[in-house]
Amino acid sequence: MKYLGIEPKVLRIGVFDFTGCEGCELQLANKEDSLLAFLTAIQIVNFREISSDLGQNYDIALVEGSITRSDEFARIIKIRRQAKVLVALGSCACFGGVNAQKNAFNLVDVNREVYGNSPRETLPARAIHEVVQVDMEIPGCPVNKEEVERIVQHLIWDIPWSFPAYPVCLECKQRFTTCAFEHGQLCLGPITRGGCNAPCPAGGTGCWGCRGPTEEPNYQEFFTLAREKGFTDLEVSERLAFFGGFEGVK
Amino acid sequence: MKMRVELDVHHLTRVEGHGNIVVRVRDGKLQEARWDVVETPRYFEAILKGKHYTMAAPLTSRICGICSLGHQLASLRATENAFGITVPPAAEKLRLLAKHAETLQSHALHVFFLAAPDFFAVPSVLPLVETHPDLVQTAVRIKGAANYLAKEVAGRAVHPVSLHVGGVQAIPKDLRALRDAMSHALEDLRSVVPVFQQIELPDFKRETEFVSLEANGSYPWIGGNVVSTDGVKKKEEQYLEVTNEYLDKHNTSKWAKLSRESYAVGALARFNNSSHRLEPEAQELAKLLGLQPVSHNPYHNNIAQLVECVHVVIESIRLIDELEEMRGEPTMCEVKPVKGQGVGAVEVPRGILFHHYTYDAEGRIKKANCIIPTTQNNANIHHDMSDLVEWSVERGKNSQEIELLCSMLVRAYDPCISCSVH
Repeated sequence: MKYLGIEPKVLRIGVFDFTGCEGCELQLANKEDSLLAFLTAIQIVNFREISSDLGQNYDIALVEGSITRSDEFARIIKIRRQAKVLVALGSCACFGGVNAQKNAFNLVDVNREVYGNSPRETLPARAIHEVVQVDMEIPGCPVNKEEVERIVQHLIWDIPWSFPAYPVCLECKQRFTTCAFEHGQLCLGPITRGGCNAPCPAGGTGCWGCRGPTEEPNYQEFFTLAREKGFTDLEVSERLAFFGGFEGVK
Repeated sequence: MKMRVELDVHHLTRVEGHGNIVVRVRDGKLQEARWDVVETPRYFEAILKGKHYTMAAPLTSRICGICSLGHQLASLRATENAFGITVPPAAEKLRLLAKHAETLQSHALHVFFLAAPDFFAVPSVLPLVETHPDLVQTAVRIKGAANYLAKEVAGRAVHPVSLHVGGVQAIPKDLRALRDAMSHALEDLRSVVPVFQQIELPDFKRETEFVSLEANGSYPWIGGNVVSTDGVKKKEEQYLEVTNEYLDKHNTSKWAKLSRESYAVGALARFNNSSHRLEPEAQELAKLLGLQPVSHNPYHNNIAQLVECVHVVIESIRLIDELEEMRGEPTMCEVKPVKGQGVGAVEVPRGILFHHYTYDAEGRIKKANCIIPTTQNNANIHHDMSDLVEWSVERGKNSQEIELLCSMLVRAYDPCISCSVH
C-alpha cells in the first residue's frame, strides 16, 4: 500500500535469542494498541519464540541476549552472514547485561555453586559486538517498545536514526517526577542515555543505568553528587556494574 | 506394521527458551523419548552472593522476561520473611493485583499466541490475523488490558519498578480506569469460550503428582503450605523436602521429584488441588469445557489457564474496589536488615516459584537458591513423552503426527526454559 505516493519497504525481520531472559522479545509482542499495525508493517520471517515458520530469508536480524557458550558463536556468525543489518536488542546484547556480573567471579566457583561436581560449559558473558560486527544497538532492560517501533519506522523509510543525546534526568523533568535523590535513592539518571521515558524513577526506583552512558557523561560531578548524598563508592560501583554498560568507569 | 520413528527437534519453536525433543522408535518399540533442556546457564545463585538486599529483586527479575513480576514477588517475600517484615494490607492487595495482571498476560500470551496455532494447524498466530481476525483482536485486547494493569500497579509489565522490599510505591490514581479495563477483559474472555468449546485436545493421560500452594480460604497465589494430589503437605520453608532437585546428564535444567519419579506444577496443578476455591464463574467454565479435578491429561493445562484467566479478572475487580476504600493508607513500611534466612513461595503462571536467601547482619546475601516452576516440570514433561510416544504408536500415528503431539505436549506446559536454567 502506497503512502503519499511512496511504496514503503517491507522489511523481512528475524528475531533471535542467545543467553538472556527473552524479555526484550516479549516487549516486541507488547504495546498492544499498535501491535497488529506493527506486525503488518513488517514481515516476520524467523521468530522461534512465536512461530514454527523458520525462514532464512531476512534483511534485519534483531538479536537478544549475550554470548556465553561455544555453540552460540557458530549460531551468531551464521546469523551475521545472513543479515543485511544486525541489531543488538537489549542490554544483554549491547553490554553483556546482568549475565556479565558472573565475569567478576571465578567461573569454576560459580559452576560449583550451582551444579556441584557436574559443571556445565560456560564462558565469560560477551556482548554481541565482541563476537560479530553489529550495525545498531538498542539498549534497555527491557527495550522500550515505542523506541523499537520508531527505529523500525526509520528503517522502513530510510531515515537516519539517532538516540537522544540527553540523559534520563531530562525525561524525569519532562514527566514532573520528583528526583530520586530527593527520596534518598541512588540514581544513575544524570549519566545514563535517555529515550526510555524514565519509568524507573516514576515507579520509585532510581535509574540503574540499563541504557548505558549518555553522550558526554560528567562522571566526576556525578561521583561528587553521589558522595554528597551519602552513597558509598561501593554502592555506586555496584550500580554501575549492574547491566555492564559502564564498564571501566570508576 | 514395523514402525520406525526418528525425531530430532532442535530448539523447539513457540516456547520460551531452548529445548530439544529426541524420539526413537524401532520396529514399533520405543527406544527412547527425551525432553532435553539445553539452555545456557546464567548462574544467578552465584551472582546473588554478596549482593545487598535492595538488589535481589531487580536482579532476580532478570531470570525471566515473562514472569519477572512473579520473580520480584518471590524475592521480596523471601527477603521480608528473613527480616521479619509484614507489609501493609494495601501493599498486599496491590501485589496480588499485580500478580493477577501477570497471570492474565502470561496465560493469554500462551493460550492465544503460542498454543492456539496448533489448534488451527498453522505455524504461528500471524496467519490467524487474516483468518480469525476477531479472535486475534480479542486476544490482543485481553493481553493489553493485563499489561495496562501491570504497568499502573507495578510501574512496568516487564521488569517492574514499583515493587520494593517493604511494600509497593503507591495505590494507582485512576482505579476506575483499571476496573473498566478488567470488566472489558471479562467480556472478551466470555466471548472466546465458544472457540474453545470446539477445540479437541488429545485424549492422552499419564497419572502423576500435582503440586501447588494451598491458601487459607482462597485460590492460592502468594505464600501458604505446599500440597500435592498424593497427600503431601509441607510448610513454605520446608520447600527443599518437596523439590528434591537432582541433575540429569542431558539437561542444563535440574530435575525435581517428590512422591513419584516426577511431578507437575502450574495452572492444572493449582486447579487439581484447589478448583473448589475458584470463582463460581470460573468453576462453571471449567465444567463447560470438560475440565474436572483431578485431570491427568497434560494438554488440559491450556484449559486450566483459560479458567484461571476468568478467575483472576473477577478477583482483580474485587481487589480494585477494596483498594478504592483503602486510599490514603500506607503502602510501604520501614525496613531494617536482620541476620537470618527467609523463603518466599509464589504461584507464578507456570507453577510454584521458590526464592530462599540467607542474609548477614548488613543485609547482604550469603547464600541464595531459586527453584523455578519449569525446573519442577521438566522431568514430568520428559516422562510424559515416553508414555505419549507409546500411546501414539499404539494408535498408529505417523512420525509427523507424533512430532506434533510431542511438540504440543511441551507447549501445553508453557515452559519457561531460560527461567528453568537461570
